[in-house]
Amino acid sequence: MAAMELGIDWTACQAHGLCAELLPEHITLDEWGYPLLAKDPLPHATLKRARRAATDCPVLALKLTSRQGS
Amino acid sequence: MTDDAILWYANRATGAVCLVLFTIVVLLGIAVRLRGRLPGLPRFGTVSLHRTLSLSAVAFLALHITAAVVDSYVNITVLDVLVPFVSDYEPFWLGLGTVTLDLLLAVLVTSLMRERIGQRTWRAVHWLAYASWPIALFHGLGIGTDAGTDWMLWLTVCCVAAVLAAFCVRLAHAARESRLTPAELLRSAEHRTAERAHS
Amino acid sequence: MTMTFTDIHMPPRLLAPGGTPSGHPAQVLRRIAESGLTGRGGAAFPTHRKLVAVADAGRRRGRPPVVVANGAEGEPASHKDRTLLRLSPHLVLDGLQLAAEAVDAGEAYLAVEDGATSLEAALAERRDRLPVRVVRVPKRFLSGQSSALAQYLSGHAGLPRDQRPPVREQGVRRDPTLVQNVETLAHLALIARYGADWFRSVGTPSEPGSALCTVYAPGRAIRVVEAPFGMELHRLLPLDGVGAVLVGGYHGTWLTVAEAATRTLTADSLGAGVLIALPADRCGLADTAHVLRYLAIESAGQCGPCLNGLPRIAAAFRTLAAPGPQGTSRRDVARWAGLVEGRGACHHPDGTVRLVRSAFTAFAAELDAHAAGRCTAPDRSPLLPVPGNRS
Repeated sequence: MAAMELGIDWTACQAHGLCAELLPEHITLDEWGYPLLAKDPLPHATLKRARRAATDCPVLALKLTSRQGS
Repeated sequence: MTDDAILWYANRATGAVCLVLFTIVVLLGIAVRLRGRLPGLPRFGTVSLHRTLSLSAVAFLALHITAAVVDSYVNITVLDVLVPFVSDYEPFWLGLGTVTLDLLLAVLVTSLMRERIGQRTWRAVHWLAYASWPIALFHGLGIGTDAGTDWMLWLTVCCVAAVLAAFCVRLAHAARESRLTPAELLRSAEHRTAERAHS
Repeated sequence: MTMTFTDIHMPPRLLAPGGTPSGHPAQVLRRIAESGLTGRGGAAFPTHRKLVAVADAGRRRGRPPVVVANGAEGEPASHKDRTLLRLSPHLVLDGLQLAAEAVDAGEAYLAVEDGATSLEAALAERRDRLPVRVVRVPKRFLSGQSSALAQYLSGHAGLPRDQRPPVREQGVRRDPTLVQNVETLAHLALIARYGADWFRSVGTPSEPGSALCTVYAPGRAIRVVEAPFGMELHRLLPLDGVGAVLVGGYHGTWLTVAEAATRTLTADSLGAGVLIALPADRCGLADTAHVLRYLAIESAGQCGPCLNGLPRIAAAFRTLAAPGPQGTSRRDVARWAGLVEGRGACHHPDGTVRLVRSAFTAFAAELDAHAAGRCTAPDRSPLLPVPGNRS
């Protein structure tokens, strides 16, 4: 399976913060409540939870795409 | 009690449950939009609860509709369930119920397919949910034979008060958000640094 | 008013008259590839790659692309694009037709902040294959940002969009869109006319060709000059009496005089093509604070980090701009700079951070002086042009 990475549509993100709760080892929140993505690649084991985090974002700002463009 | 009488009571009971459940669903939906946290729950708890309860509400709605169709005392056909204002029985008030179902079906289907259709389309249809609540309310008030009883009246008043209050909070939030322009944030940031300098 | 005349650093190519743009699209594309032409809008992206990508997207999606000549010039200190459009409109329009042909475009636009009427007159003199629509865009810093411009031409608000998918795939009304700076199109027309070798005869092997720069030298009128890449900055901008140099405009980099003395004109640092010499008697921190206020107000306000970070950075920098206690401002600015960088739909926060960090480096001594209660500059009034107060 192709390597996947998380990205954020910043025009859509409204700092709901669900992603940081669902994927705490990869996403933390900055002082304004907006997500900070870890730079390292997504380990395969967390892919399922990352997919869930993207689906559950209330504004679909979190996107899971294959590396090097979708 | 005859089967019809049981069905008639079931229809009224499930109708009342629907009012309560959908009221809570609307409150939870507004809570999600306002990024509110329910006590003791993580953030995804608010969204989860909103989704779970809306599905439960739809299940009760299905029971409510089934009881009405199966009941032979009044003539409500399967067509009347989906097409508004064509029924023999109380075409207008029943029709409002049908409109509610149609709107909720649109909301349900788009919510299940949200990632496929995209956020913008999903949100446009989801606004219809706001419309469906008062339409359902008027359906209940106009058609319900319990409309006169005390408990139903109090229940309705409480639900209306809750939704009105939540809606006002929603509007206030929208007004506050629209004021948060870059220029306004710059003004308040400079004000804060000036205050700190003088303290 | 700006007096614009070219300083002769090289024979001015971009004052050439228009011709009949001709040449088979494949031949034009080959010449552009060999020339090594890069974009003159700030990002310096290889033009050939952009043309090919848009053409590919058009073929793959079965939708004729849109080409946009970007003359919006949102950078307040830059005058090169409006000057080029005033002096050589036909060269730009030639380039637009050639680019349109190269990508097999169905629609063409020319975006400008003002001067639309004279351009429409120039268009009326031509017999172009593809009609060009002149569109006046609002005077905002981000008006010329590619996705913002594509949005505006689509009938929406002129605000940047998330770059997935990129504008070259989905731009104006979801069609593959080529957005090219007007200066790039002018170079393109000349390359089609005279060939890649001619273009490469000035500049450096890695950065061939020439570029327009808006030059602010102390005691002289603002000039737009054409200069070859690789030319020493101090020949474009005499450094006597200069305290610091801003290269690249308001998303650019502050250099000390010592650094500026060793630098050359390069595509990646040139940005919007602005070179400003700050006289030694002025306060670079006061000027930077003034610009940061403007950059904060010009945020599109869509993305949380930018909306929250830029106003705070500007407000904190203001305390550093005047002599007096600085509290935690330096640390705060550094932290917020780290938080906004790379976290937006466009590069507005990134460019602002570049300006801030370069100011911290170039004006380190002045920062310490301010902390000690003194300012080294007799004249603290801001020099850099910032459009009238919008807040």
